[in-house]
Amino acid sequence: MSMTDGPTPLETAAAEQAAEEREASAKAAGKSALRQREGRKTGYFSDRWNALSRQQQWAFLVIVVVLAYLLPLINPPIITTEPGNNFALACFDMARFALIAVGLNVVVGYAGLLDLGYVAFFAVGSYCAAMLTSPDSPFLHIPYLWTIPVAMAVTMFFGVVLGVPTLRLRGDYLAIVTLGFGEIVRILATIIPAMKGQVGFQNVGHPPGTEPNGAPIFSNSNGVPWYWLTLTIIIIITLLVGNLERSRVGRAWIAIREDEDAAEIMGVPTFKYKVWAFAIGAAIGGLSGALFAGQVGFVNNQKFDVTTSILFLAAVVLGGAGNKVGAILGGALVSYIPLRFTAIAEYKYLIFGIALVLIMIFRSQGLLPARQRLLAYGRTALNKVISRDGMEAKDKDKPAAGSDAGAAAQRGAEA
Amino acid sequence: MLPSLVPLLPTENDWITFDIPSLAENFWSATFDGLTFGAIYALVALGYTLVYGVLNLINFAHSEVFIVGCYAVFFTLSTLGFGPSVPRLDIWSIILNLLLALILAMVASAATAFLLERIAYKPLRQRNAPRLVFLITAIGASFTIQYLIYLWRGPSPELALTMFRPLPIFDVFGTIIDSQQLVIIIAAVIMMVGIDRFISKSRTGRGIRAVAQDPDTATLMGVNKERIIITTFVIGGLLAGAAALFYVMKIPSGVQYNGGFILGIKAFAAAVLGGIGNVRGALLGGLLLGLIGNYGQILLGNSQWTDVVAFVVLVLVLLLRPEGILGTSLGRSKA
Repeated sequence: MSMTDGPTPLETAAAEQAAEEREASAKAAGKSALRQREGRKTGYFSDRWNALSRQQQWAFLVIVVVLAYLLPLINPPIITTEPGNNFALACFDMARFALIAVGLNVVVGYAGLLDLGYVAFFAVGSYCAAMLTSPDSPFLHIPYLWTIPVAMAVTMFFGVVLGVPTLRLRGDYLAIVTLGFGEIVRILATIIPAMKGQVGFQNVGHPPGTEPNGAPIFSNSNGVPWYWLTLTIIIIITLLVGNLERSRVGRAWIAIREDEDAAEIMGVPTFKYKVWAFAIGAAIGGLSGALFAGQVGFVNNQKFDVTTSILFLAAVVLGGAGNKVGAILGGALVSYIPLRFTAIAEYKYLIFGIALVLIMIFRSQGLLPARQRLLAYGRTALNKVISRDGMEAKDKDKPAAGSDAGAAAQRGAEA
Repeated sequence: MLPSLVPLLPTENDWITFDIPSLAENFWSATFDGLTFGAIYALVALGYTLVYGVLNLINFAHSEVFIVGCYAVFFTLSTLGFGPSVPRLDIWSIILNLLLALILAMVASAATAFLLERIAYKPLRQRNAPRLVFLITAIGASFTIQYLIYLWRGPSPELALTMFRPLPIFDVFGTIIDSQQLVIIIAAVIMMVGIDRFISKSRTGRGIRAVAQDPDTATLMGVNKERIIITTFVIGGLLAGAAALFYVMKIPSGVQYNGGFILGIKAFAAAVLGGIGNVRGALLGGLLLGLIGNYGQILLGNSQWTDVVAFVVLVLVLLLRPEGILGTSLGRSKA
């Protein structure tokens, strides 16, 4: 598949809905037309961001990352979750949700598959870490850090086992099967004696290292090192996922999301890429589960009810399905809001349930809409397209531009 | 689970044990009980199947439509003076009371389904939203209703009500079939047959089939699509309300804010097993799933295995025969 093949399915996908918007955008020339296609409310920010030079963007990112690392140490007065919740632990929780949202975003946001049992993968990851490190389990024990790749491999395996029967069919089946799976894992943890039900596994391992006084660095009560570890993992995963997104795999996912039949007809092996998306998402879920098990130090069947899956989904949808930065933001927010505003913590499920419906009805692209533009070509090519004028250039871009105009039009109409 | 397979051999009993003698001993009672559960699944499954047939949408909130019916039954019966003990009423007043509860539950569930369609799905349909948006809305709506009930009634199940004392009716292979099982199975089958006739004979039923087959053509032929869709939701709600009465009859302690959730998944599995979009398939799938689940539960020795077994059945059906046993869709079913 050559580079130009990437967005073609997109074009076919949205071509019909695109027709109207294409006419409209054909009237406006170049840059202004592209501006129009941006999400409405965040268009301003993404324009500003794209106007910066590469170096400025990097400098800005470095500042953000450094601030993110310093967050639990600064403990900013208004943002802090204290006295209700320890802020460093809250930071870890936010990072955990953000990591989960990044993983779920691969499934829901890129490939457009609805995974309603993500907590199950999280649970499988947690149980992997617990059963391989806790003294309560009779199995062989390995160092905690090794459980992370094991947890990822095992959850990936579960993802494939679950994905292969369901992903051959239309996406709806995946939704109900994952929803069931989310509940089944919890039930199995309860009724299989070896999983120890509510008794659970105590003293789950943690990464090595001790402070000068002999206490372990990664203790259950100190959220800071865990937060840093998770944040580092988020950065690595985001970079990897970002690379995937810009690769052939990512283009295939987006083609599948926009129109599966069209993608199939254009030669995208949809089943293969769907299984990949599902398995990668599952592995990231397992990773976050292993981290969670390590931090809490105790795993039992009470921590993984299926309602948590809906919170994860709310995180992705709130942030903007298909946008990894949006997913991080959404994940952090979904975790942060109940921790900060403890008065409404009791209502969090109701709030996020209503939020899901309202977001879908009024702004289905979320806070930060996914970039629909010419993913295959990158920014340089995009700028060239923007700077071009005249009808012949217009004709040349029409397929790609039309496609994302279509998607944007759809989203715009929803806004 | 995987990494622990090898070192686990000595403690095999910790994982899964099969209790075959127990299944053999209780085979017939499990069969009749399974059919009773199956009848309830089938009624709920119809709601999924009809909506799926017409809109191609898994209506996740259908389990909440059902649980609203359960609450309606609970409140009606507790207002009428039913309690945990067997009521001291003659048979006719019990029947009248239950009929009243049935009607109120059907109305409550149908109203929930109606509101759900109008508030959540109609705005999406009007602007032709992608499927993913529909599904997310459905799960969001399901969640919202569930937690509204949670905030209202709290996490614990409602007081168990006894509707009547199950009387032994007759004896099959040494197993006594009681009046409760008989009432549920017969009533459910009558309803299913009725709905099947309705779909295949009545004018509205023809409209439903037409929309299921091809919404655009149906509209061109003069079918009012919006009315058909709302009718479908209301029919699904009515059946869910009826299922609610039988459910509360069978499992009196099951009235709980999240009580519909796992039942909804089982009912959907039943619908898929029989062939989603197929009315008769829902009946067949429901009864089969009830049987399989009940056998599995006795074989594996814990009532929670029913859910696991139902889920495994769902996955296996999707793997081996995704169109279900009867297969045909609502649109293609015979006139």
